Amino acid sequence: MAPILFFYFGGVIVGTATLVVTLRNPIYSAISLLVTFFHVAGIFVLLNAEFIAAVQILVYAGAILVLYLFVVMLLNLKREERYHRQYLLGAFLGVVILTELALIFFRTTFRAGIGPYTTAHLQSVGNTEAVGMALFTTYLLPFEVASLILLVAMIGAIILAKRVVPR
Amino acid sequence: MVPLSYYLTLGAVLFGIGIVGVLIRKNIIIILLSIELMLNATNINFVAFSHYLQDVTGQVFVFFVMTVAAAEVAIGLAIIIALYRNRSTINVEDISLMKW
Repeated sequence: MAPILFFYFGGVIVGTATLVVTLRNPIYSAISLLVTFFHVAGIFVLLNAEFIAAVQILVYAGAILVLYLFVVMLLNLKREERYHRQYLLGAFLGVVILTELALIFFRTTFRAGIGPYTTAHLQSVGNTEAVGMALFTTYLLPFEVASLILLVAMIGAIILAKRVVPR
Repeated sequence: MVPLSYYLTLGAVLFGIGIVGVLIRKNIIIILLSIELMLNATNINFVAFSHYLQDVTGQVFVFFVMTVAAAEVAIGLAIIIALYRNRSTINVEDISLMKW
């Protein structure tokens, strides 16, 4: 069952990601990206990461994509945008990077199954509890720094997007 | 059981699509969407390694990547709005003031 689901999710992810890059209307691109995010969440569920899958749908599909749609509709772009003139170079670089990554993957042997968080352990403790324990004990300082990043981003976005009022 | 390299290949393909999107599109909103694609590719890799190495740290890092993505989107879209207000374009070929 898992391979079939993996190939379904992977196929839809690659297809809709290609649509995001190739479609001409930014709204259609954003909607394709929504489908991509949902299927990435499906991949996370396949990998026993239910908490991350839920956060993926909440944050990416719920918050980030709505922000994109807002801005696309706010700017009201009628004119269609065509590809950059360096698109052949861009496609060539993409192929080069894919080839390099494929070489790395198929020449490396990955060790597996050395940590304490086996699937049985995660199912007995609970995925969310395990992530929460790691987040609030070992990674407490990075967690606080993340909140600081969000605060800075919020202030920065307000200041940047604020209309300058003439006196 | 799907092997780890399948997930890594999926992440690599998604990352490649994101890179090509950044390089070939003129619309700056699509460029930001392509950056989201690349961040999602790294998230797939993080969670895949987290599952196969049986360590929950990868999922914690996905959480931080999402935080950075949210901050980046807020700042990036604010810059786009400010730019559109001043120049009335979001075409990256027309925004070349700092390019000599």
